[in-house]
Order: sequence, then C-alpha cells, then structure tokens
Amino acid sequence: MTVDQIIFLIVAAITLFAAFSVVTTGNLIRAAFWLIGALFGVAAIFAILHASFLAVVQVVVYVGAIAILFIFAVMLTRKDMRDQGAQLNRNWKFGAFLSALVFAGLFFLLRGWDGVSKTAAAFPSDFDAVAALGGALVSPDAYVLPFEVASVLLVAALVGAVYVAYNHK
Amino acid sequence: MIPLSWYLIFSAALFSIGLFGVLTRRNLIAILLGVELMLNAVNVNLVAFWRYGDVHNIAGQAFAIIVFAVAAAEVSVGLALVISVYRKRNTIIADEIDILKW
Repeated sequence: MTVDQIIFLIVAAITLFAAFSVVTTGNLIRAAFWLIGALFGVAAIFAILHASFLAVVQVVVYVGAIAILFIFAVMLTRKDMRDQGAQLNRNWKFGAFLSALVFAGLFFLLRGWDGVSKTAAAFPSDFDAVAALGGALVSPDAYVLPFEVASVLLVAALVGAVYVAYNHK
Repeated sequence: MIPLSWYLIFSAALFSIGLFGVLTRRNLIAILLGVELMLNAVNVNLVAFWRYGDVHNIAGQAFAIIVFAVAAAEVSVGLALVISVYRKRNTIIADEIDILKW
C-alpha cells in the first residue's frame, strides 16, 4: 500500500460514514452538518484526482451555498425538525433492499469490465487543467452552448424559486 | 497508484446511500439531502474518468461543472417548494402530502 492509497481509503471511509449519517440521523440540522462533512470528503477526492478547480468549486458552491440553504430551510420549517415520530417510512426495508441491489449490481457490472483495474498515467506537469477548462467553457468549438444554457437555467431557477416561495397573500 | 475501480466503487456506494435516503426518509428536506449525495457520486465518476482517460480532453470536468449548476438550480427550486408546501399544509412529511392520491 502506498501513501496515496492510504489517504484515499481514509477520505473515502470518512465520506461514506458522513453520507450514511446524513440518511439515518433524525435531527435534520445534524444531517445537514453531516452533509457538509460528506461534501468536504468529495472535495478531497477531487483534490486527489488533480481536479483542483473542481475541489475549490465544490467547497464554494456546495458547502458555502447549498448546505447553508439546507440549514435555512430546516430552520424555516422548524416544527418538523423536532418531530419525534419515525424518520423512515414504512417501506424502509424495501428501500434498503433496493439500494443494496443497486450497489451489488454496479459492483458486479464493474467486476466484469476489463478497464476497471487501470491505473492513471502520471499527471503531465506542463498541462494547466484550469486554463484548459476555462478555455473549453467559452470556446465555440467546445462547451459554450451548454455553459450558456446552464446560466439561463440558473436564472430560471432563481425566478422560479422566488415565485414559488413568495407569500401570495 | 490508486486503481480506477476504487473510485468507481466509492462512487457506487455514495450513490446507493443517497438512493436509500431518497427512498426511505419521510422528511422532504432529508429527501433533497439524499439527492445531493447522488449528484456528488455522479461527479466523482465524471472526474475519475477524466483523470484516468486522456487528461487533455477536458470533457469530464466540463460535465461536472454543468452538474454543479443543475444541482444548484434543483436545490433552490426544491427548497422553495418545501417552504411553499409548509406554508399551505403546515407539514413537510412526505406521507402526509397525499392530495394527489385521492
């Protein structure tokens, strides 16, 4: 075992534990904080994969905006946060079976694929991934159209969220 | 070096945990938390395939950026719906919001 393998295993174990706590913790504020832990773990995985820009965006967008939005929503619907009833619905055994089945299916599908044990080539030291990504997002030959459509989607989501949550009385 | 399979299995586990949350939680906000976990699992896969393929082909990272934008849009509209439902019905328990099941 090399050092980066050990680091990966530690990060992955922490992330999966945090994710499991997100879906099992009764107190929703705690679930939101566990979600922050899981998102930081995914950001660390991005950093291990040399995707430095995505690691930073993960922290800024997910931890800085989305998790805080969740905490605000929990506080605005606080009556149910103290709800002492069951947190899982009555079909939870079927749900657990189905998600275990999805995991087992993916696992055996991956075992049957021969590209799965591939290791990465050394990261080229003269390649600036952030500059390449920025160029690709605004280049007409690459992804400028999805980029612009995503910005329109964000504006539509902003207007829609304000309209839906507005108190019409 | 870390084999590609470790990332893929990690991502599959994260996706399955998120799926479990979406299928079984009763609270609407907790269901959205599960959706966030599933979107993150997808992003891990995209970035892992970018790193283990040709790193000069930046498509994996560009797709991950689009997934970020879609996740932000999804969570803002979803939480607005939750707050709207809470105002009208005074509950965010998914089992009790059953008016379409008549």
